[in-house]
Amino acid sequence: MKTLKVILIIFLIISFSPIKSDEKNEELKNKILKNVRCLICQGQSVYDSESDFALSIKLIVDRKINKGWSEDQVYEFLRKKYGDWIIYDPKFNKNTYILWLLPMLLFLIGGAIIYKKILKKNNEKSL
Amino acid sequence: MKNKLKLIIIFIFLIFCFVIFYKGLNNSNTYIPKANDEKNIPVFKAKQFNSNNYINSEKVFEENSYYIVNIWASWCAPCRKEHPLLVELSKSKSVKLIGLNYRDNLNNAKKFIDELGNPYSQILIDSDGILSVEFGAYGVPETFLIDKNKNIIKKFIGPINKEIVKEIKIIIK
Repeated sequence: MKTLKVILIIFLIISFSPIKSDEKNEELKNKILKNVRCLICQGQSVYDSESDFALSIKLIVDRKINKGWSEDQVYEFLRKKYGDWIIYDPKFNKNTYILWLLPMLLFLIGGAIIYKKILKKNNEKSL
Repeated sequence: MKNKLKLIIIFIFLIFCFVIFYKGLNNSNTYIPKANDEKNIPVFKAKQFNSNNYINSEKVFEENSYYIVNIWASWCAPCRKEHPLLVELSKSKSVKLIGLNYRDNLNNAKKFIDELGNPYSQILIDSDGILSVEFGAYGVPETFLIDKNKNIIKKFIGPINKEIVKEIKIIIK
């Protein structure tokens, strides 16, 4: 009876693990496709689009994931083929550093102005 | 003095905004990719149009010559328009044309070639569009010029025209 239980458990583990890995692959695929821009349709991700271009990208991403490629490897492949624009989340490089640094710079400048004003007000009050 | 400085800063900021928006207004709102980036041709295995045999990319581009890879489909109207220009280009001995039949019905594709002529030395089938993605293509028609070092040196998005044919002829001379 005990052996039967062990066999049953092993069977269940074996039979469910591919489903789990399929689910994981599907999740990863959807995550990638939502972050990839459909270059021929305006304002749509590849995930949302049914254009020929999007269908081909969906297929190729599916194949790469099934081959065991990581998320970053897929993005790098698409970047090499189509440039940074294809990814919604742009990488930090010489073309995008203003995009990344400008909000921080504005935040710092704004913060400094506010800080200076508060300091000035406090000084006036104390006088 | 302080107020003057403030005014100058505001003025510079407004000019900065104006320049950015003015430039933005003149830009096209569709993405135009860089078409002159040199890239190696991808390594692939594809089904041949005239037989069911598969062929490697090395075999396709084995000759020491310029190659033109043209992505086409029978359902694509601009492909029909550019086809006579491809036939004209195929007459040149210094370039070989490779056709990539994109997401097409084979019978319709054969009819298209029978009707308009075959400028290609080799036609490969890209039934799911994956091969075109490997080339970095957006759709049909698209044309790539490949040099003798097997680098993609030019990419023409959309149908080719007489100016493009002239440009290609100058390069392959």
